Amino acid sequence: MKIDWASLGLVSVVSIAAGVVVVALFSLGLIGLSARVPERVGGPDDGAPTLSPAAGTAVAVVCFAAVVAIVLYGLYIIAF
Amino acid sequence: MDLSLIVIVVIVTALAFDFTNGFHDTANAMATSIATGALKPKVAVLIAGVLNVVGAFLSVEVAKTISSGLVDEARISPVVIFAGLVGAILWNLLTWLLGMPSSSSHALFGGLIGATLVAAGAGAVNFGAVLSKVVLPAVISPVLAGVIALVATYLAYRTTSRADDGTVKRGFKIGQIGSASMVALAHGTSDAQKTMGVITLTLITAGVLAPNSGPPFWVILGSGLAIGLGTYLGGWRIIRTLGKRVSEIETPQGFAAEASTTAVILTSSHLGFALSTTQVATGSIFGAGAGRRLAAVRWSVAGQMAIAWILTLPSAAIVGAVAAWAASTGVVGTVIVALVAIAVAAGIYAASRRRPVTADNVNDVDDDAAIRHEPAVPA
Repeated sequence: MKIDWASLGLVSVVSIAAGVVVVALFSLGLIGLSARVPERVGGPDDGAPTLSPAAGTAVAVVCFAAVVAIVLYGLYIIAF
Repeated sequence: MDLSLIVIVVIVTALAFDFTNGFHDTANAMATSIATGALKPKVAVLIAGVLNVVGAFLSVEVAKTISSGLVDEARISPVVIFAGLVGAILWNLLTWLLGMPSSSSHALFGGLIGATLVAAGAGAVNFGAVLSKVVLPAVISPVLAGVIALVATYLAYRTTSRADDGTVKRGFKIGQIGSASMVALAHGTSDAQKTMGVITLTLITAGVLAPNSGPPFWVILGSGLAIGLGTYLGGWRIIRTLGKRVSEIETPQGFAAEASTTAVILTSSHLGFALSTTQVATGSIFGAGAGRRLAAVRWSVAGQMAIAWILTLPSAAIVGAVAAWAASTGVVGTVIVALVAIAVAAGIYAASRRRPVTADNVNDVDDDAAIRHEPAVPA
């Protein structure tokens, strides 16, 4: 019996990277979107770095675009 | 070349298996979306059903070997395939009655292995392949998916803890619809293909199709519709187990779980590892539960599932073996096997009606006797 440990390792690394990166990007995008909401949960003095609405929107757009690109690549893998 | 009786019986049985595969696995894609309220139960199963049909048509990968080299396909007959399918269907129905998310692929492999053992002897079963293609991935893939979901969930909560609550909640809800759809699509592609492979191989062994030909259009359509219809009807018992009994799942966890499931399934199928969607999705949900709070996971449920997973292949194999023994005695034997299988299936369905789980009470775990003795962990 032969076990292809190299492919198994590759599967592990790639899926860890893909899964974690998608969720991290999506979360970052939501942080960006949050900057568009005027009232912060902890108020202006909660110590969190403040993001201007414009910068927040830009962060959100970049992050969500990256997520969409990864999803499209996933669809490409399913179909071909 | 006309279709002989046994070929028609195998095709009908394969579509029946495909149907059970569909409703057994609705939970993989939709359990957490339904539990978090990201999608209404009936909408969720409709989306999953449609995407399963679409998924069946997506892949251009033709006529996969039905057994992934686990058994010598040159030595199996339509009767063996029929017996194997009977074993897989009955095990799927029993685990559905118990609300256990066991692997439909393992049930199919088990049924075929058992039937082949009886009909063609131990020499026709490749036990090395069983270990490397079934046992090893079954151990590794849920753990891998669980670890990814755990890390992803932890990250999702940590990074968004200071962000606007409403935005985060709404965002993950929308994200979950997308991630659940990806899981449903991937499921349709991989699992509908299995049934297409079974039917195509049967047609080839019966001489209806030329060797090495791909599945005809009506086979693709039939398999896609059977799995889609099964998915749409929804295995509400298993959805309840995965969505509510494992842990109280929130939208960031659901999103993280489904993203992890999709990542593991797509990566591994791209590199040629056939994984059980069910086991990956289950591992992800446990990981996502633990990523928020370790104590929020009911680990006793994990124990029950582990037992069901270990039993799946041997149990389906035993049913498949008995069915093959009876069916190989001739037409009468085959008819008896079919009638007994239908009777058992009807009995399991009747038993399920005594405590029905439907779209209306799927999230309502208080009436479930199974967890009455197990107080919910305070969230």
